[in-house]
Amino acid sequence: MARFVARRLVGMALVLFVVSLVVFAIFNLIPNSDPAQRLAGKNATPVLVQSITEEWGFDEPLPVQYGTMMKKILSGDLISYSERLDVDDKIIEGIPATFSLCIGAAVIWMSFGILFGYLSAVKAGGWLDRMLTVGSVAGISIPVFLIAAVFLYLFTFKLELFPASGYVPLLEDPIQWAYHLILPWLTLAILNIGFYSRVLRSNMLDAMREDYVRTARAKGLGERRVLIRHVLRNSLIPIVTLFGLDFGGVIGGGAIITEVIFGLNGVGQYAAESISNLDLPPLMAITLFGAFFVVLFNTLTDVVYAYLDPRIRLGSSAR
Amino acid sequence: MNGSGLLTVRDLRVGFATEGGILQAVDGVSFDLAPGEVLAIVGESGSGKSVTAQTLLGLTRSPNARIEGSVRLRAAELLEADEAALRKVRGERMAMVFQDPMTSFNPVHRVGAQIVEAIQAHRGEVGKSEARARTVALLDAVGIPEAERRVDNYPHEFSGGMRQRAMIAMALSLEPEVLIADEPTTALDVTIQAQILRLLERLTGERNLATILITHDLGVVAEIADRVMVMYAGRVVEEGSLDEIFYDPQHPYTWGLLGSLTRLDRPRPERLPQIGGAPPSLLTPPAGCAFRPRCPHEFPKCPQPPPLEARLPDAPSHCDRCWLSPEQKREKRQVAGQIGLEAPA
Repeated sequence: MARFVARRLVGMALVLFVVSLVVFAIFNLIPNSDPAQRLAGKNATPVLVQSITEEWGFDEPLPVQYGTMMKKILSGDLISYSERLDVDDKIIEGIPATFSLCIGAAVIWMSFGILFGYLSAVKAGGWLDRMLTVGSVAGISIPVFLIAAVFLYLFTFKLELFPASGYVPLLEDPIQWAYHLILPWLTLAILNIGFYSRVLRSNMLDAMREDYVRTARAKGLGERRVLIRHVLRNSLIPIVTLFGLDFGGVIGGGAIITEVIFGLNGVGQYAAESISNLDLPPLMAITLFGAFFVVLFNTLTDVVYAYLDPRIRLGSSAR
Repeated sequence: MNGSGLLTVRDLRVGFATEGGILQAVDGVSFDLAPGEVLAIVGESGSGKSVTAQTLLGLTRSPNARIEGSVRLRAAELLEADEAALRKVRGERMAMVFQDPMTSFNPVHRVGAQIVEAIQAHRGEVGKSEARARTVALLDAVGIPEAERRVDNYPHEFSGGMRQRAMIAMALSLEPEVLIADEPTTALDVTIQAQILRLLERLTGERNLATILITHDLGVVAEIADRVMVMYAGRVVEEGSLDEIFYDPQHPYTWGLLGSLTRLDRPRPERLPQIGGAPPSLLTPPAGCAFRPRCPHEFPKCPQPPPLEARLPDAPSHCDRCWLSPEQKREKRQVAGQIGLEAPA
């Protein structure tokens, strides 16, 4: 187990290093991205631009600039170009909103994905399955911004059921917190509900043909027990893999559109602002933040995977 | 066939609706089974033997299956039983051992837990620790060493032979009256096959089990069967006692099966004899005798369907489905000094 963790940590560090290099390179390759110009403002004199360039070290060779930036990120005193605010503080400020959105959406998409997938597989070919299939395909196909717009139009402007935007901290008022997040949660979850239920359905239909399912029936188990303990249990393994990737991805940037549309002021919204300002420091930090979660959840997935499937379990039991 | 046995099957027909029409997998199978008896059902792939076995437990039920006839356990009709009633029979009164022990256990649950699950499904009053103790005793009884420790292993930690032993332990966990073993040794290597057959034989004797053994391997049949039923294209073509089938086979298909056995007591032929051709399509079986297209002894009467009946005056329980007279059969089945089927011209 210790070796597993060590190997994963090294892998994680490598991935983060490569990601940071790529972001830094892209930023320096795109045109019109001289940060000194933007820092100096619209009507800056060449002298001011020059002094900013020197002050921030923009005339240094790129590897040196990269090194400086990484040092600042790791020591926590990275300053954004546009607002000159501490980047880490801004990210930490956005974390509650982003995590509230992502975790809530994840709970919703897992619950409904599994429920719909299960029902679809059990009633395969029936009218319920067909309806769920149409629903899933629609959920997968409709882009997030359109779903968000439709939700806002229907539930906020027409029916006036839900607030249009804003984030209320959980500890301040849990009810308002949930009330403000329902639409964003659903918006973010719909795609994955469709996707997960489709994947689970086909996994379950495959599992139903397995010999061990026939064995389970032959020993006289009830149908529901066969379906849950033998079919669903074995079909969940690929779902967990998907979840690890998707959840990391959503925290690491997949929720940007949803955050912006619903004005949640989370990390994703900060990312969106930084992109439009071509503000490298926050982008670097947020990208690494996201990559960190993707890699972290990948590792956690492997651990859960080993729990779910004893054949790949590590350590003493597998010898 | 007097119908007083433990298990009585009458005119069982199983068809599956496919896009090409009805596929008649089992076409009029009847047999009786008494306690302590081992009935072997023999035939090549697609002869309907597995479908017959699974239908007894209602495992072939599906919207496109057409099942007719009668399967009675004691007096209870199983073909018309609802799922709840059938569930009480499965495992509890009729248990099944499947062909491939590698895939017949769920890989994600412990072997012991899967046996405990079977016990508790039928004996709700049995507590977890007691069910576990029973499981350990069962694993021990089927010859798994260190059963106390092995009970917590996962299936992948068992060898093929051990898995099949555990499968048998699971089948016996509720002391059923009927054991259906569907090719129980096919996926195992020869030395393990012999061990598993010994085990089945011993348990059948000890527990007075009625066993249906499904196999394509006449060597296995010779080891433990009391009676043999040879199936071809969904029909029984010959049935009789073990000796009757092995020493006085009446149907050309049985000759072919016996002739293709390798024998240690004869010089080994250069090529193993085989039955020419392939089994007929079950969607469009040939009229009359289904073996006709592959039979070198075909004669003008064959397009009429031959009934399954006793044709030997001194053996009333030895039935077959062939129009040839017993004298003709005794002559024609001699190929190079032993029983066999001539190669088709």
